[in-house]
Amino acid sequence: MTNEELKQRFTELLPGAIYDETGEFLNVIINSEVLLPFVKELRNNDTLSFDYLFCLTCVDWKDHLMMVYHLLSKDHKHTVVVKAKITDITNPEIESVSSIWKTANFHEREVYDLFGVKFLNHPDLRRIFLDEDWPGHPLRKNYVDENMIEI
Amino acid sequence: MDIKDEKLKLEFPGQVHPSADGGILVTKLDEVINWARSNSLWPLVFGTSCCAIEMMSAADAKYDWSRFGFEVARATPRQADLIIVAGTIVMKMAPVLKRLYDQMPEPKYVIAMGACTISGGPFFYNTYSVVKGVDHVIPVDVYIPGCPPRPEALLHAMITLQEKIKHEPYFRKAKEDTK
Repeated sequence: MTNEELKQRFTELLPGAIYDETGEFLNVIINSEVLLPFVKELRNNDTLSFDYLFCLTCVDWKDHLMMVYHLLSKDHKHTVVVKAKITDITNPEIESVSSIWKTANFHEREVYDLFGVKFLNHPDLRRIFLDEDWPGHPLRKNYVDENMIEI
Repeated sequence: MDIKDEKLKLEFPGQVHPSADGGILVTKLDEVINWARSNSLWPLVFGTSCCAIEMMSAADAKYDWSRFGFEVARATPRQADLIIVAGTIVMKMAPVLKRLYDQMPEPKYVIAMGACTISGGPFFYNTYSVVKGVDHVIPVDVYIPGCPPRPEALLHAMITLQEKIKHEPYFRKAKEDTK
């Protein structure tokens, strides 16, 4: 499917979605509340069939957090980037997608470790790199480490 | 009877100067033991990043550190005399490194290889996860700067360590450590 066709399909599914095509892939920006039903449809619909999650990460924009999901379909050879905006930065929460793509399990643990995003219904949400008693989440912009030099 | 008692009370004629290094017997034994120790240093296999590649290179046929008595690289700290810390040490690795060092039998030596090990490194020093110098965790005998140091530099450091071992008083070392 071309990007235009994908955009049309996504608007049918989610009328409020915002698009950004400045980068390499088509970006779909949605709210974090509607993530799970939206990506479930992307995975299970035969014409979309996004069966491969090849990147899951998070970006801290200070006033909000942006979850980023890179999805690819091996059958249809099309790619999309789904971005889910989390507005609550003090207690960020989002639904886990590990029930849809198994690979999300460890990726979400990494995001939880470094950004502190809590993934709801995750099978095993604990830190993956840092010690269990590590204070804070280091990749957050408001993270303070007294041993680091301020730039 | 009186004379005998007086004889017992006689003190040693002249003055006794204690030898700084423990007399000729001890110093000569030191020399022999240190010669033997310094020429069969068994390094522990411990590489955490790219410096380990140079360390492996120093062990291979081209540079061949076995020419200087380092060929028996051990995979267990209990049989090693020397640990070459080759690579970045992160906060999570630091307790593991300390434990390995504690498991090594005395006398033991540490070579800090490369910029990461000395100071946290040229790239990652200002990070939440990196230990800013391995000497925060274990005492270091020889530092080699470089990123990474060439095998020649590692050989130079190891020969420097041999020189250090050759000049240290072996018998007094244990005494000083227990103070």
